Amino acid sequence: MHARYAGAAHLALSGVSLRVRWGTCFALVGPNGAGKSTLLKVIAGLLPVQAGDLRVLGHEVGACRAAIAYLPQRSEIDWSFPISVRRLVLSGRYPHLGWLRLPSREDWRVVDAALDQVGLRDLAERQIGELSGGQQQRVLLARALAQDATLLLLDEPLNAVDVTTQRIISEVLHALVQRGKTVIVATHDLDRVQREFDDALFLSEGRVVAVGVHSVRERTLQWMHAANAFDVSHERA
Amino acid sequence: MSVLEPFQYAFMRSAALAGLVVGVTCALVGTYVVLRRMAFISDALAHTVLPGLVIAYLNRWSMTLGALVAGVITALGIGWLSRRRELREDTAIGIMFTAMFALGILLMSGVRTYRDLAHMLFGNILGVTQAQLLLFSAVAVGVIVALMALHKELELTSFDPLHAQVIGINADRLRYVLLVLVALAVVGAVQLVGVVLTSALLIVPPATAALLAKRLPLVMLLAVLIAVSSTWVGLLLSYYYDVASGAAIVLVCIVCFGVAWGWRQIRRAV
Ligand SMILES: Nc1ncnc2c1ncn2[C@@H]1O[C@H](COP(=O)(O)OP(=O)(O)OP(=O)(O)O)[C@@H](O)[C@H]1O
Ligand SMILES: [Mg+2]
Repeated sequence: MHARYAGAAHLALSGVSLRVRWGTCFALVGPNGAGKSTLLKVIAGLLPVQAGDLRVLGHEVGACRAAIAYLPQRSEIDWSFPISVRRLVLSGRYPHLGWLRLPSREDWRVVDAALDQVGLRDLAERQIGELSGGQQQRVLLARALAQDATLLLLDEPLNAVDVTTQRIISEVLHALVQRGKTVIVATHDLDRVQREFDDALFLSEGRVVAVGVHSVRERTLQWMHAANAFDVSHERA
Repeated sequence: MSVLEPFQYAFMRSAALAGLVVGVTCALVGTYVVLRRMAFISDALAHTVLPGLVIAYLNRWSMTLGALVAGVITALGIGWLSRRRELREDTAIGIMFTAMFALGILLMSGVRTYRDLAHMLFGNILGVTQAQLLLFSAVAVGVIVALMALHKELELTSFDPLHAQVIGINADRLRYVLLVLVALAVVGAVQLVGVVLTSALLIVPPATAALLAKRLPLVMLLAVLIAVSSTWVGLLLSYYYDVASGAAIVLVCIVCFGVAWGWRQIRRAV
């Protein structure tokens, strides 16, 4: 499969092929600019596949939007907007609601349960801007939970969050996989990949370089070693 | 003698009614305009209707209809230029604004009837006719029904268009809808109460409400209350002190804003 950003000269993904099994936790690893975010956007249907074939949950891309939740690397949410945490999480229910419909009591129950799960029930009535960065990340995870998505795409969810938030996110993802959901995470945390993920892919310059947790680990260590060696020789020169 | 004595005059009653309909519509639409940071659009729309007015005038069509059509074309043009964020929305507004206004001037340069057209561009709340009021009320009802029906989608695409896109709500298409609603409200209001008053009612009450409330429905409700009460208080002031009604209304709005601003500063300090 290939993908390209509008107006860009290079393919952001070229000849990428991957297979994610249902009910597994899948890691995307690779240096900055490798194409991890791009791959997630393609799967989320935000960027068109240029050539090739991509089936998400057995459908064409875009045919099962309600079943996919996506947490971007950098959220583009307007955090100053006058809306409560609870109401933001409710927007996870919208694909189930449809147009012209008001949320039912059941929808609100799901929202509150999701807030409980990420430990933010107490802050439910706050305006969304009155949260810390880590809490905001958890709110977005709560929304994905409320959406009851079958496939979750998370772009570096553990970046710049404290240990508590990291632990909560890890636990929630683990619980989701236990319940048969599929989770794809872009990450730089090699130890975590080895400990918590079922499968992994190492991307570099838009191509797949290694597949499987073990070989991805080998490949990453190699790459880090090479990067260090380059730094050292650079300093000497 | 009561404070409400002025409303025994028909022109004051029409003005109060116009203030009510324009205030409600502008405050509701304006809440999105303010929250989505497109305050510049009201002035732009006030000018882009010029070619519509000229063409309607030359063909003896309804001027109001000409203005509304030009406003909708402007809205669609802005939406198209800024689709998929190829151009920032404020830039697109600036381009449509100057293009349409220049086109209007060009069309008008052969006619030389600026006086007639100027009247159409700058309505006056004390000179509102029954027919104008009826037409705008019809437009207003349409706009308000659309805002209510699409409330959760408009709200979502305003603060998180990406999530909307992921779950299959076309944020671009909703933006078109919103722009058209803004165009209908603004163009209609300008015919009735003029450019400056329309801009003020569109921006100042929602901006005031946004300082005080932290929920969208509450912001809208407060904005409506501020807009309508400002128009009525402004009308009374203009009657008793014999000052320009539009200016009086705008200044009452601004006083409300000042009070809200001050209250917020004090609350921050303690
Ligand atoms: N909006 C865009 N327009 C054009 N090119 C882009 C855009 N976003 C990313 N790219 C390019 O696509 C390639 C892949 O980028 P991508 O964001 O997928 O990398 P990444 O693996 O997520 O990196 P990081 O670890 O820094 O998040 C890069 O070469 C980047 O320059
Ligand atoms: Mg990335």
